[in-house]
Amino acid sequence: MTDKKNKSTDPKTYKFDTLSLHAGYQPHKNAGSRQVPIYQTTSYLFDDVDHAAALFNLERGGHIYSRISNPTVAVLEERVASLEGGTAALATSSGMSAIFLTVMTLCEAGDHLVVSSQLYGGTVNLFRLTLPKFGIKCTFVKPRDTEGFKKAIQKNTKGIFGELVGNPGNEIMNMPEISKIAHDAGIPLIVDATYQTPYLCKPFEHGADIVIHSLTKWMAGHGSSMAGILVEGGNFDWMQNDKFPTMTKPYEGYHGLSFAEEFGPTAFTMKARAEGMRDFGPCLSPQNAWNVLQGIETLSVRMKKHCSNAEEMVKYLLGHESVAWVSHPSVPDHPDHELAKKLLPNGRGSMIAFGIKGGKDAGVAFINNVKLASHLANVGDTRTLVIHPASGTHSQMDEATLKFAGLSHDMIRLSVGIEDIDDIKNDFEVGFRAARKPRLVSNQ
Amino acid sequence: MKFKVNGDEVFASTGGRPFDKKKPLIIFVHGSGLTHMTWVLQTRYFAFHGYSVLALDMPGHGLSSGESLKSIEEMADWVSDVIDSVGYKEASLVGHSQGCLVTIECTAKNPDKIKTLSLMGGAGAIPMNPELLSLAEDNNPKAVDLMMDWAHGPAGHFGGHPVPGLYHINTGGMLAKSRTIKNTLGVDFRACDNYKNGFEAAKKIKIPTLSILATGDKMCPINEGKKLAALIDGSRVEIIDNCGHMMLLEEADRVLKVLKSFVLENFPPKKS
Repeated sequence: MTDKKNKSTDPKTYKFDTLSLHAGYQPHKNAGSRQVPIYQTTSYLFDDVDHAAALFNLERGGHIYSRISNPTVAVLEERVASLEGGTAALATSSGMSAIFLTVMTLCEAGDHLVVSSQLYGGTVNLFRLTLPKFGIKCTFVKPRDTEGFKKAIQKNTKGIFGELVGNPGNEIMNMPEISKIAHDAGIPLIVDATYQTPYLCKPFEHGADIVIHSLTKWMAGHGSSMAGILVEGGNFDWMQNDKFPTMTKPYEGYHGLSFAEEFGPTAFTMKARAEGMRDFGPCLSPQNAWNVLQGIETLSVRMKKHCSNAEEMVKYLLGHESVAWVSHPSVPDHPDHELAKKLLPNGRGSMIAFGIKGGKDAGVAFINNVKLASHLANVGDTRTLVIHPASGTHSQMDEATLKFAGLSHDMIRLSVGIEDIDDIKNDFEVGFRAARKPRLVSNQ
Repeated sequence: MKFKVNGDEVFASTGGRPFDKKKPLIIFVHGSGLTHMTWVLQTRYFAFHGYSVLALDMPGHGLSSGESLKSIEEMADWVSDVIDSVGYKEASLVGHSQGCLVTIECTAKNPDKIKTLSLMGGAGAIPMNPELLSLAEDNNPKAVDLMMDWAHGPAGHFGGHPVPGLYHINTGGMLAKSRTIKNTLGVDFRACDNYKNGFEAAKKIKIPTLSILATGDKMCPINEGKKLAALIDGSRVEIIDNCGHMMLLEEADRVLKVLKSFVLENFPPKKS
């Protein structure tokens, strides 16, 4: 009988759970240390002047100064690249700095981006208010308006950006179709897949060219450390047109180097590091990189529990008298339910948005009275988190922008943790009781 | 840079420095289905240290036009034509895997033109695994995945690349998938499988030759490399331990150190 699981032609490259623990690190090159060492240093000895010159000229790999690279951070970068199926990655001090470095590597003053409208509030502000100060303009398109992305592309458009599952409304970008639109226009698709982690979705398999994570969230997973990363798929042809001269033309900063010619499938990351990290400097500390690595070791275990708890919470909320509506891709009448099955086969994630009956006052009472769930501006912690976006994460938006982003005043954003599911439900009962009598409880 | 060889446009990396005909020429020849980018951690050193470098994209590969050449003999003639096309009378050759077969054949046919030969992961013959050959000719991406699996040693499967953030198994795989697999990898594998003249060609080589072999090489096992080296007069053999066939990515620094030492000794740059 043929052993189909062990055919000689099945590649034996390591799989997800093994890569989560081992990728990017060889103990025998690090004094046999089984755990990844924390290289708490600013800089690295050169063997001689020739060695120093070789590192500065990108003739060879290695470390110069921890703003540009660090051995502990490099393990994290390789690990995430391996999990995503990417060629290379660059870790940053936060998810926002990963987005900023990506844009600044891609664009120059006078360029334009097409951007999904349903994003974390800070990201909206970056695209709406801050990037125009650098001469980079953006057109926002609702994530389900696939044709709208096509219509918004201009001659100077350098990319399409979006969160795969939008924050906080859980609208899903049709990544395969939008990537086709991007590629037909000769531009890359950049996807923020923070909510998914590579355990739930590998965007490169669906047409993305650059993937961004706020590693602060599920990847690190324990609410302890800020970190971000950009990962390159290696498949985008920067030389197919003349839209990306900073990738394809000689770059004065490195003796006339053409990043695309010289580094091909890792060109974007090389440029982001050699130029962006060198000049802007949002580097990740080795201690935080190490903390994130500890989280990644248990990523698949935690994500399974996050997702199963989330599905339980969806059922609970759908049946609750105090809940007006629930948005989660696992709900059959969610507009993107079928798309989610395709893009998120290992689970639909642990972010739930729901509307509380009684509007804003009820929402405030709920948030003020839950005790187990933490009221804070983060997601993807092992602990359950709640926030009222209109008065918190998205409070800098005006009414029109809130409406365009699909945010309502009754919305509660829930990041389901991995506590015992009954304890989360019991805590929510306290919140809902208070929400039904907001004035009584808030006066206590 | 781009230039023409036999009417077709060819791309070669010059190692990030302008191509300068006054400097001695080193030509790098990639392995099956790959591109000039496999050499990025070797070429830039030489380009910055007194050499003109051409890391070629073979016809039909990477950024070069034309169709893939169907035999090692044709590829060897083409490499010789490259030297003529860029206006040189002599060059030093460096080959990896299939590139070793090509450079051995080229050197044997052009004894006055080639001044030194450096072989990485080489053998006198590279018979292909029938299943791997069939997958590549069927345009099945699994051929690339298998090649990347077999081409990396046990340590290489973990990563830990000297270039921060680069995950080399995926990078190598992406290079091999950059053009239609059956037209690059499929044609190359068949050319390797058909080539029978490696050992005879090696016997004719009388120039300084370096063989860099890896202890964990499953594609061209170390003993095959030693067998080939034994046929070349005065051939130097250097062993890279704890490394597989993709030594130029897996252990880029150690490979460069050995290559540097050999080339500087036997094909020194001109004194300025």
